[in-house]
Amino acid sequence: MTSLAQKKRSDSIMTALFVGGAGFAVVLLVAFVGFVIIQGVEGMTPEMLSFGPHGLGDMFFNTVYLVVLALVGSMITGIPAGIFLAEYAGNGKVTHWVRMAIETLASLPSIVVGLFGYLAFIVMTGSQWNLFAGALAVSILTLPLVTSVTEDALRNLPDSYRQGSLGLGASHWQTIWNILLPACFPRIMTGLIMAAGRGFGEAAALMFTAGMSTDIDWTNWDITSSSCPLNPFRPGETLALHIWALRTEALHPDAVQMASASSAILMIMVVSFSLAARWLSWRIDKKMGGSK
Amino acid sequence: MINALALAVRRAHRNEKTARILITLCGIGTALVPFLIGAFLLLKGTDTFFVFHHSLGEFLFSGVWNPSDTAEGGGHVGAAMFLSGSLVTCALALVLSLPLCISTAIFMTEIATPRTRRLIQPAVELFTGIPSVVYGWIGLTVLVPFLRLIFPMPFGFSVLAAGCVLAVMIFPTITTMAADAMAAVPKTWREASYGLGATRWETIAHIVLPAAKGGIFTGIILGLARALGEALAVAMVIGQMKVFPTSLFLPASTLTTAIASDMGGAMEGGEYSAALWTMALTLFLLSFLFIFLIHRLNRASDLKGGK
Amino acid sequence: MTEMTTTLIGSGAAKATEQEAVRVSQEAAGDAEYTFSVEGLDLFYDQTQALKNINMNIEKNHITALIGPSGCGKSTFLKTLNRMNDWVEGCRVTGKIQFEGKDIFKEVDPLALRYRVGMVFQQPTPFPKSIFENVAYGPRIQGISNKKELAEIVEQSLRQAVIWDELKDRLNESALGLSGGQQQRLCIARTLAARPSVILMDEPTSALDPISTQKIEDLALELKKDYTIVIVTHSMQQARRISDKTAFFLLGELIEFNDTVDMFTQPSNAQTEAYITGRFG
Repeated sequence: MTSLAQKKRSDSIMTALFVGGAGFAVVLLVAFVGFVIIQGVEGMTPEMLSFGPHGLGDMFFNTVYLVVLALVGSMITGIPAGIFLAEYAGNGKVTHWVRMAIETLASLPSIVVGLFGYLAFIVMTGSQWNLFAGALAVSILTLPLVTSVTEDALRNLPDSYRQGSLGLGASHWQTIWNILLPACFPRIMTGLIMAAGRGFGEAAALMFTAGMSTDIDWTNWDITSSSCPLNPFRPGETLALHIWALRTEALHPDAVQMASASSAILMIMVVSFSLAARWLSWRIDKKMGGSK
Repeated sequence: MINALALAVRRAHRNEKTARILITLCGIGTALVPFLIGAFLLLKGTDTFFVFHHSLGEFLFSGVWNPSDTAEGGGHVGAAMFLSGSLVTCALALVLSLPLCISTAIFMTEIATPRTRRLIQPAVELFTGIPSVVYGWIGLTVLVPFLRLIFPMPFGFSVLAAGCVLAVMIFPTITTMAADAMAAVPKTWREASYGLGATRWETIAHIVLPAAKGGIFTGIILGLARALGEALAVAMVIGQMKVFPTSLFLPASTLTTAIASDMGGAMEGGEYSAALWTMALTLFLLSFLFIFLIHRLNRASDLKGGK
Repeated sequence: MTEMTTTLIGSGAAKATEQEAVRVSQEAAGDAEYTFSVEGLDLFYDQTQALKNINMNIEKNHITALIGPSGCGKSTFLKTLNRMNDWVEGCRVTGKIQFEGKDIFKEVDPLALRYRVGMVFQQPTPFPKSIFENVAYGPRIQGISNKKELAEIVEQSLRQAVIWDELKDRLNESALGLSGGQQQRLCIARTLAARPSVILMDEPTSALDPISTQKIEDLALELKKDYTIVIVTHSMQQARRISDKTAFFLLGELIEFNDTVDMFTQPSNAQTEAYITGRFG
């Protein structure tokens, strides 16, 4: 009998421990996000939000521009690579190696990718720091994500789509292009949003590629000029890198507020992108579930 | 009519062939990227040994770090303090994080109602996406002063601070993997256990955790890989003193922080930069090793049938 | 029972004479033009043989039903007729199938073959597109891009499938929103839009309610005027109701192939009799 009571007691003790641990973790995390956003927004001044040498606007623009470039890069190789794994690769040794290589790529430290980018895109091409090199480095980092999302999306489609199309005499590629890809477009979109979230926050890969300076002239729209905002071959510091740079920079009187504001902006971007991706995939599931 | 069909067929075959070739090229090309990165790192990283004639033993085990920033070399490239710094911070992060990870995972899969779970899980996953510099910034402005306040330490910048920041960073990775592995344990096994009169804790300890072991280990390895590769967040709080990590309360350095802070200033082609490249190569090899371990682990659990 | 064992273990000679009998009865039965003529067809999945020496002729503008217990090879056989088995890994075929006088493995391109030999599956297979785009998919694949021409084909096909009146106002809605029976008839319309001469149906009603089943059966009888139909069915009643000829498969072999009426009233083979009277399967 005592053993039964003991059992029950240890059960409730352990349950309490687990609930406590989970509660602590969740509270910590929520407090973290809240703190970053509130602290950042409180310290914000209108000047910080402006474009120009004293504002974060330029860095914000650089961040978005770089992420867009990076996404284009990882889309044009990552989506075909995902199609390859899901549709054309088969189950042989080659596929096994391709998959393992992509997993390795996913787990590479971003600073290592940054160094590679520095060597391949800066040193070997003999150019200065530029946004394009940074975008390439970030696209290497997001490539595995885009690839695996595409592969999963294709694999999770009902077989009936494939059957129906092939039965009508469509070739494999016609089936993929006309039926399968449009059907998994929302899922791939979700993956891209997730990848964008990762790109916004990336800093280590950009230290030696995109550079830590920005010199934009918003009246200069000559794309070949190094101060034109849209020229991808100019140096461009992103928000995340700006935080890193500000930690030591005492030049600016309100460096601390600037960094906090940058953190808050990044946090809001990442959280809203993550929520958007979640909302999108929730809607897909609902739609799929409803039609089944 | 027949001609039009024949044309359509011919075009379909031609497009099929083109598409197949392009797609295969992209697939293989993507797979070559890590090899390419590895090759570049090998090229640069082995200079330490072949151009500057240091031994692998010196690099791995010597504590004398004084590479010369010239192409002539002649300095000392003992990276043991960085290696040990990386290992200690990772281990510390794991020790701090693992209990929270496991209890959160257990709470999500075994205790929480589906409603609560739907609320907590996205929250946890959200944290995988938070930029590491933001973690570092909060570590710098909140954690470091806080630690200085409650512990007897001179700066606040310390191995402990790095461990804490990394612990928070790897928490979502491990928790998500562990929760997925636990959720994949068949419901019937739990019911069988409860049916025999086991309590929830006994069921978790004897049925769920052993069955989910493989997934939990995979999560731990992925978390370690993330902790090992993190550069900026650690650099912001560890203090970057080039010493061995002898105390939790003192600054130290890791492989990544040394690369992040010194690569920019090192002369291209010099001994200093070669030594840093060798450290990057080490990081690359370690992350390859982690993936290899995960595959070994999965294969082992596949063989046992406990997927 | 003893006879069954003979066939199962079967000496080659006994089997040959039996097949011979089947062939003779076929030749006696019809002088019609054959859509498919199958000779000595063997099919393997890796090491397992799924079809053994199938010989049969499928007549034009007839409904041919394939019956037999699960796993007897009737669906596999059906999929071989438009080479859908090409997509199955490890599938290997020997023997000869002629479609309108041409060897489908040597003389006809598989894509062109599938343009001419359409297929309707067990589960409805609508694409996640609008109703219009579903039906227009086949013509588009065949290179037709003229809007007006497509619209005509879509309307004509939906009318042929007797679903035009139900759907004409909803052409731009998603096909996934239709009921199961409507989806299946839409899939038939989609097959028709590709202008085939043969329609293969793989248990097209097994996922449907009785009323939808009735509609599909009526449709099949109507379509027979213009198309050759081969239908795999689980239901002997269905075979009896709609088919002109019936083939009985057992363990990968074609046991009996005859006019439906004869087959169900006086089966010439004891196993066929056992199956259609419900003693096994």
